Amino acid sequence: MATKHLFASGHTACSGCGQSMAARLVVDAAGPNVIIANSTGCLEVFSNMYPRTAWEVPWIHSLFENPASVASGIEAGLRSMGKLDEIRVIAQGGDGSSADIGFQAISGMFERGHDVLYVCYDNGAYMNTGVQRSSQTPFDANTTTTPPGKKSFGKKQYQKNLVAIFAAHGIPYSATASVAFPTDVQRKVKKALDIRGPKFLQIFVPCPLGWRHDPGLTYEVARLAVETGLFPVVEYVDGELASARSISDPKPVEEYLKLQGRFRHLFSAPGGEEEIKKIQAIADGNIRKYGLVKEKPKKEPEKEPEEKPKEEEPKEEKEVAELKKFTLEELAKFDGKEDRPAYIAYKGKVYDVSEKVLWDDGDHLGLHEAGKDLTEEIGEAPHEEDNVLELPVVGELEG
Amino acid sequence: MREFIEGSAAVARTIRMCKPGLISAYPITPQTHIGENLVQYIADGEMECEFVNSESEHSSASIILGASAVGVRAYNSTSSQGLLLMAEVLYSIAGMRLPLVLTCANRAVSSPINIWNDQQDSVTLRDSGWIQFYGETNQEVCDLHIQAYRIAEDRNVSLPVMVCMDGYTLTHAVEVIDIPEQEQVDRFLPPFKPLHVLDPKDPVSMGVLYDPASYTETRYAIHETMREVLEMIPKVSAEFKEIFGRESGGLIQEYKTKDADKVIVAMGSVVSTVKEAVDEMRDEGEKVGALKVITHRPLPSQALYNSLKHIPQIAVLDKSISLGAAGPLCMDIRSVFQGKDASPKISGFVAGLGGRDITKDTVREIFDRLSGDQVSDQFIGLDVEQVINAT
Repeated sequence: MATKHLFASGHTACSGCGQSMAARLVVDAAGPNVIIANSTGCLEVFSNMYPRTAWEVPWIHSLFENPASVASGIEAGLRSMGKLDEIRVIAQGGDGSSADIGFQAISGMFERGHDVLYVCYDNGAYMNTGVQRSSQTPFDANTTTTPPGKKSFGKKQYQKNLVAIFAAHGIPYSATASVAFPTDVQRKVKKALDIRGPKFLQIFVPCPLGWRHDPGLTYEVARLAVETGLFPVVEYVDGELASARSISDPKPVEEYLKLQGRFRHLFSAPGGEEEIKKIQAIADGNIRKYGLVKEKPKKEPEKEPEEKPKEEEPKEEKEVAELKKFTLEELAKFDGKEDRPAYIAYKGKVYDVSEKVLWDDGDHLGLHEAGKDLTEEIGEAPHEEDNVLELPVVGELEG
Repeated sequence: MREFIEGSAAVARTIRMCKPGLISAYPITPQTHIGENLVQYIADGEMECEFVNSESEHSSASIILGASAVGVRAYNSTSSQGLLLMAEVLYSIAGMRLPLVLTCANRAVSSPINIWNDQQDSVTLRDSGWIQFYGETNQEVCDLHIQAYRIAEDRNVSLPVMVCMDGYTLTHAVEVIDIPEQEQVDRFLPPFKPLHVLDPKDPVSMGVLYDPASYTETRYAIHETMREVLEMIPKVSAEFKEIFGRESGGLIQEYKTKDADKVIVAMGSVVSTVKEAVDEMRDEGEKVGALKVITHRPLPSQALYNSLKHIPQIAVLDKSISLGAAGPLCMDIRSVFQGKDASPKISGFVAGLGGRDITKDTVREIFDRLSGDQVSDQFIGLDVEQVINAT
């Protein structure tokens, strides 16, 4: 081989393993002057077994939930020795380690401001123990602990928005990337390591074994996750959304789902189509939220805002045209509970959030409730007011 | 220099003289004063050291693990739930042969929650691969910390050391302590030079996977090292005496046991109370003695055997209990006599749980009850009324 990699071949990852591809991209981009603290998990297991190791850089593994804390100690130790200018520190783990069991340790590391890049290899389940559900398992996915059946379509909950949660720590850089776009992964690793302070990078890595797709389709599956809008590739700088990879022609989510055995039940079980619509709504929500689809020139003269799924369009426009007047009392009735519509007021206008995934039952991340004037709160939200302005307007607030 | 000083403050002063490059801690009673004193030194510019305020004890243990892996001397202190939350990290530290030093300010374990002293927390961790010392006085506790780094970082050892001091009884006790000179500590404790570190110039992988073909050997290696540590501890203690001018540390300490027909074996501050009772009872003509276990792990089996083999009646006083079995120290002491010629009567007594006082009267009661049949798990000072009312 012409290029010398810092993650050697000969490891025992499954064929088509997205995580092994991403791990090599990360360490090659980081270069030799790096120390890596790894969590327990697939990457830890397939990259070494005494007396062999695939790592050509100093590497340490202690436990499942502590790579961020071990990395904090490495970083502070290097600082104490005056070596922090020469050596970069990376902590890394899977989505179970990062979003669940090791979540607190990452939060602690970011809050303390350690100069460490945390990389989460997100394959959406506990793969090393045999495909159990994690909080990052996608909605309706079949895992061994979220099995579909007569009364189940798989995982009932949505994923946490990890990149936004960590961006909300006020760290200088928090981003997502996909193994489908290797140049982007490496650009982001380099960019992150050039920044002093805490950094987060979540890399989408398909797992042919757990997702039950053809090992030859790893890139294809990863690419479709981006092109459907299900996995937004974004960057937050200093807590603010700084970039989002645009999609020229969003693919329907079926194209992504049908390649994977973990979603097969949605195509066979009664009611599966409705579930697929819910997944499409997640993708559409991401597309709206991050403005993933750039407006096409031919559509420009027709519409100003981002288009929403067809059949909802007329209804909203009608409601906009009426511009009903709301008192605070009237607004309070639209709280999103018990199938009532969910409205919020912002700077004198009333917006409909009923269709927003993050406003389920009129509740926004446990922080805000529908049926209220949120003008002040939105000023403090981690996102721009654009998120509100693009919502359908249903009226005006009186007084 | 002799100073009137609180136990926790004295430990902090001692740690400062050991010059760690990194300290991490998380607040828990009754250990908190140690970290507070240390971070004040750093704030005042009297100590050059990274101090990492962690978000949990699990993380503070992991943070010192990471620092040690890059070759930095590191320190941590905790108690009770904090030690138990660290438990899996402590096993990981020992398994990776990282020579860290941790103070356990001994405290009872939940539930029910109780912030007062017993030794259930550290005794529970006795199988973790950490060397464990128990100090009787704050002077001994301070001296043991200096010896702890020396033993841990010896390249033939490379194992972590836990120095246990009774919560409140020692941590909050103000007494006169001979604080050593920095020059003495420097002479006794050379800079930390680990065998392997994480360094890009010579990359190694640490904490790799061991399969059934190799895991057993890692456990055997630690066990063997522990055996060697038993030989090293008295030598380090003797060398300590040469430089600092006082006896401190070691495996065990005999107190009036030579001609005794009854001896109480115990660990930590309670030994002082036992010694006082022994003095009084000796004045009354009773042949009693005390035996202090300083090194609990590795278990100094041979030394214990030699010191106790001629004693007809032995009481082991545990400030912890292996629920459903007996006092852990009692089980240890009995194991010392397995398959040996001498077979003294060894009775086990559990006392001082959750901060209940052990007085000289408690000690006398134990000596009295020793004349009866051999017992294993006798609770001293048990309030039977409370037990009946609760059931």
